[in-house]
Amino acid sequence: MELVLAISVGVVFGAGVWLILRPRTFQLITGLLLMSYAVNLFIFAMGRLWVDKPPITPTPAIDPAQFADPLPQGLVLTAIVIGFATTALYLVIMIGARGLSGSDHVDGEEPRE
Amino acid sequence: MTSLPWLNHLIIVPVLLPLVVGALMIPINQARHGLKFALGLSSGVLLWAVAVALLVLADSGHWPGGIGVYLAANWAAPFGIALVADRLSALMLVLAATIALAVLVFSARRWDRVGVGFHPLFQFLLMGLNGAFLTNDLFNLFVFFEVMLAASYGLVLHGYNLRRIQAGMQYIAVNLVASLLFLIGVSLIYAASGTLNIADLGARVALLGAQDAWLLQIGATVLALAFLTKGAMWPLGFWLPTTYASASAPVGAMLVLMTKVGVYAVLRVWLAVFGEGAGAAEGFGFTALTLGGMATLLFGAIGMLASQDGGRMAGYGAIVSSGTLLAVVGQAGGAVLASGLYYLLGSTLAMAAFMLLIELTERIRPPGAALIAITMEAFAIEDKPEDPVGVGIPGTLAFLGLSFAACALVIAGMPPLSGFVAKFSLFHALLAAAPEAVPATTWMLIGLMILAGLAAIIALMRLGVRTFWAAGAVTPPRLQFSEAAPVGALVLLCVLLTVQAGTVFDYLGRTTAGLLRSGDYAARVLGEPPVLRAPGAEEGAR
Repeated sequence: MELVLAISVGVVFGAGVWLILRPRTFQLITGLLLMSYAVNLFIFAMGRLWVDKPPITPTPAIDPAQFADPLPQGLVLTAIVIGFATTALYLVIMIGARGLSGSDHVDGEEPRE
Repeated sequence: MTSLPWLNHLIIVPVLLPLVVGALMIPINQARHGLKFALGLSSGVLLWAVAVALLVLADSGHWPGGIGVYLAANWAAPFGIALVADRLSALMLVLAATIALAVLVFSARRWDRVGVGFHPLFQFLLMGLNGAFLTNDLFNLFVFFEVMLAASYGLVLHGYNLRRIQAGMQYIAVNLVASLLFLIGVSLIYAASGTLNIADLGARVALLGAQDAWLLQIGATVLALAFLTKGAMWPLGFWLPTTYASASAPVGAMLVLMTKVGVYAVLRVWLAVFGEGAGAAEGFGFTALTLGGMATLLFGAIGMLASQDGGRMAGYGAIVSSGTLLAVVGQAGGAVLASGLYYLLGSTLAMAAFMLLIELTERIRPPGAALIAITMEAFAIEDKPEDPVGVGIPGTLAFLGLSFAACALVIAGMPPLSGFVAKFSLFHALLAAAPEAVPATTWMLIGLMILAGLAAIIALMRLGVRTFWAAGAVTPPRLQFSEAAPVGALVLLCVLLTVQAGTVFDYLGRTTAGLLRSGDYAARVLGEPPVLRAPGAEEGAR
């Protein structure tokens, strides 16, 4: 399971890196989204991988090894919300730039041939 | 302890106050900018007062070790989020509040009306800045960074025109990627150490096994990449000059402050985690900071020489100042650090004044260059702010010239102002730190700092000559008092910093002494007891 997760995080992140190096804003924002997905998965894995373990401890006298770490789950939630908001903000600016400059190039103008 | 002493609540005020005031402003109609300005200004004045109060509290021995701890939601330290006000964070709060006040007054005449939402965004920016200075939790630091950045995205685009959008797109893209790196760094650190509390991390780092320590160092490096992107270390700072040059003047002044947040975060985390008592990891990365800082210095100096317009030059000036600070943080000695903090104060104030000043001096040239903001049409704002006319103040050219010269002196580090005192004490501390043979990197650093000073004075002199002497038919620009006063006040503060250098250095000496005792820091933060319920209430709850 670790290997599958590691490979998928790597592939998604790599695809994101390739896309943000592309010249069009749509590619850039897709790349940013892919990268943030990869990062969210990555944070999730930092609490170690568990199957069928509840994250919350019901009573004080328990063995912590039987429970998943709840903190990364909290972190990933925050990260998703913040990432979503900033990406939406970026989308607005992208549309604004497209309208003002008439080009979807990241420099705001078509490259000179 | 059954209730929190009310003075401790002051620690959270710099975060809560701008949040509440900013939220209150959002429903107020854009046409009532007078009211918004009044709200913003009173929040700014209050923040300044609270910051000064925190500084006095931290320095007066009110809290043991000069460290005030505020446990958010009353959770004990490693589990909840702790806010920490020590001498360094109080100092940064005062600096931020001072510049924010100057910028607010400056923008009252014109800038807060060229687009919507200037005042609320400004408050949220302050909230993010203050939170980043106060927090002791890495993930909470991420949240405050994002608050600050989200507000700054809006402000960089303030007065929406093509140039700002082009610069803003790159600024935002770079910072979004940096935020992702921040998250990766934080999660690696959590995976390695099981904590996100900076003080707790500092206490645990020596106890980690070899493999975990390795993971922690990778995490810290990735985290540092995010900080250093904000702090514009070479080669992560290419976004900065374009953004500065295209942002409006008040926003530019706030951006100067924001680059310092990156440096502050590096300083805070590195001294707490990789300072003394970190076992095998002690001193990790300090050399890289010094070398990176030196490369940044060189890049900034060359950039200053190469740039033509004032905004871009100020951007490279900020890079030079970041580079110097990073190199100094890398040296990690007590006296060196105190001089570095003194340099930070002087250069930030001067650079902020310079950003505001450039806007005023550009009025000497024909006003056709003024960029028209299209937001006013888009949002149908009725009262278009007229070009500043009116009484103006006498001797505007003399005022502008003198302020320009003063800023240039501080930025270049020439006598008699604070820049010189800072550089001189830095050189002295650097040489004194190595009693026998001074290492080659120290000589290189000193050489680079002198070179950067030379480059700055050449570039600024050229700009000054072109603006004031070679501008052709110079008509004295109309200045409003509310625009001249903030610039004058910031310049005066630089002078005051020079005159009171002794007092300031005493304070900074105590600050760095506290910072270098990272064990105290951990003991203070982790030992802070949560407030207990009154016995009767506790029984009732059960």
